Amino acid sequence: MTSEALGTRSAALSADDGAGTPGTPGPGGAVGGLVPQNRKKRPPVVSQLLLTLALLLFLAPLAWMVLSSLKSAGEIFTTPPKLFGESLLFGNYGDALGFLPFGRFMLNTAFVAVTGTVITLVTSALSAYAFARLRFRGRDSLFLVYLGTLMVPQEVVVVPMFLIMNQLGWINTFQALILPWAFTAFGTFLLRQFFLTVPKELEESARIDGAGHWRILTQIIVPIAAPAFAVLAVFTFITYWNSFLWPLIVTNDVTTTTVPLGLNLFLGQNGQAWNLLMAAATISMAPTALLVLLLQRYLVKGIALSGLGGR
Amino acid sequence: MALTGAVRVTDAVEPPPPARGTRRGDGRAASAFLLPGAIGFVAFTAFPILASLVMSFFDWPVLGDPEFIGFGNFVELFTTDPVFTTALLNTAVFVLLYVPVNIVVSMGLAVWISPRIVGRRYYRVLFFVPAVTPMVGNAVVFGLLYTPRGLIDSVFQTLFGVSAPNFLGSSTWALPAVVLMSVWQGFGYNLLVFSAALDAVPPSLTEAAAIDGAGPVRQFFSVVLPLMSPSLFFATVLTLISSFQVFVQPYILTGGGPGNSTTTLVMYLYQSGFQNFRLGFASAIAWVLFVIIMVLTAVQFLGQKKWVHYDQ
Repeated sequence: MTSEALGTRSAALSADDGAGTPGTPGPGGAVGGLVPQNRKKRPPVVSQLLLTLALLLFLAPLAWMVLSSLKSAGEIFTTPPKLFGESLLFGNYGDALGFLPFGRFMLNTAFVAVTGTVITLVTSALSAYAFARLRFRGRDSLFLVYLGTLMVPQEVVVVPMFLIMNQLGWINTFQALILPWAFTAFGTFLLRQFFLTVPKELEESARIDGAGHWRILTQIIVPIAAPAFAVLAVFTFITYWNSFLWPLIVTNDVTTTTVPLGLNLFLGQNGQAWNLLMAAATISMAPTALLVLLLQRYLVKGIALSGLGGR
Repeated sequence: MALTGAVRVTDAVEPPPPARGTRRGDGRAASAFLLPGAIGFVAFTAFPILASLVMSFFDWPVLGDPEFIGFGNFVELFTTDPVFTTALLNTAVFVLLYVPVNIVVSMGLAVWISPRIVGRRYYRVLFFVPAVTPMVGNAVVFGLLYTPRGLIDSVFQTLFGVSAPNFLGSSTWALPAVVLMSVWQGFGYNLLVFSAALDAVPPSLTEAAAIDGAGPVRQFFSVVLPLMSPSLFFATVLTLISSFQVFVQPYILTGGGPGNSTTTLVMYLYQSGFQNFRLGFASAIAWVLFVIIMVLTAVQFLGQKKWVHYDQ
């Protein structure tokens, strides 16, 4: 099933590339449209309008967050609701940042997310190469062990992990936020599946020229697998950035507080100041929202590639 | 995310390549390549999983000596602990509401954002945004919508002249409110998965069905849906698993209340382990959760033979 599944997925990718371009309803036309060929020319004005309305309704909570972040405390609750207050209080953002150091939180989170992503990519690539290309005793059984752990929810390991961190004296440290999640089997699995699709012929000539495994991995496989690395990088980064349960357990100090945790702290200490809370929420949500808008192509591909659905 | 692998994995392992006589095994290279990842894997994945199982049979305080109590924690959970029963029930209700709504909404929108829609790529990605913004932020925003005199209440008063229910303060409404917020934030993943699957359906097949007189509805259910059944299966499995792990939404929105009406399994795990410091007890909850997830996933894999088509 694997090779098949990957096959359909890459087909899905290329189809998406073509049909996904705005304004070019390509040959994929009849699929979503579900209409006979001859009616396809007419632009679906009503459908598009309704869809846009649905999208606006969907985005309304985020818009309301930004609008509320610019109001005075007294203008938050009005009947009927008003989009804007007397004036736009951009100073609320300064006040929110003054209440809790979100700049520091963002730096902390960026450091954790970037370091964690780099470690994940490097160790996953090495393990994936071994599983995809090397022959050694017990390879398949070992791989099955890796796979088995994929099914275990994070909640199962947090309790002993907390004890380990405690034992190591790592409470309130960056390594406690980074290391426990930098070696999960997921990256290894994802990259291995991709490496398996790289034709072996490409390596044969290099091998004849005397290239070792290290050169084959770094100079042949990694460049070809760049899209898979990009996908893994983006999702690992976002997972680290948004992580909440684990930071909640191992940190309670400003020096290591992450953005989601900082927002939770803000909620606990100043949750009634809705306008400032919304400013803090906007600050917290902007980085990953921008990331997804900038990297939309990779993300869309990545989800099709890896089936990272449902979370 | 974790589960993805597990699914595809089952028959993913290819047999070792046949020995080609001259080439030796790559044992030494393999150890070098595997070592960095394997050290971390053993320390931070394999060992904690086993440790968690062991701990679930102990009364394990943060300070002081652990005491072996056999199935004591599990017996307590299932016989004398009313909060656990409530948490289990709340989680089940959450899953039963969340999963179907999520699947229907994401599938419906994936179909709606057809190739005739101009700028479909942008619609897709905008629906996906809350799926990647911190859940804490999403929940805080919905807090402002749900609160009395908040946006929903004020729209109700303006349009109908009556107050909206106090969503988060009512044990009837709190859980549905948490579900609604969760669907809003989470369906973007499945939307993208289904969109990719829809785009992969060969148009010739729907055209052929149309020529045979099948209307759009018939085309969808008889041609398109069977073709994308592997994606649907996948998305359902993953969504179900992740929904059992729901924690942040109730933690931020309601704190589990009012009463225990929105306390979920993971929330109770957190409270037991890290507020009451009963680490063995919390591990037992984790394993109950794990077993439920395993059983339901296994059931879905057995059931898939009836409706999932892998043939091309």
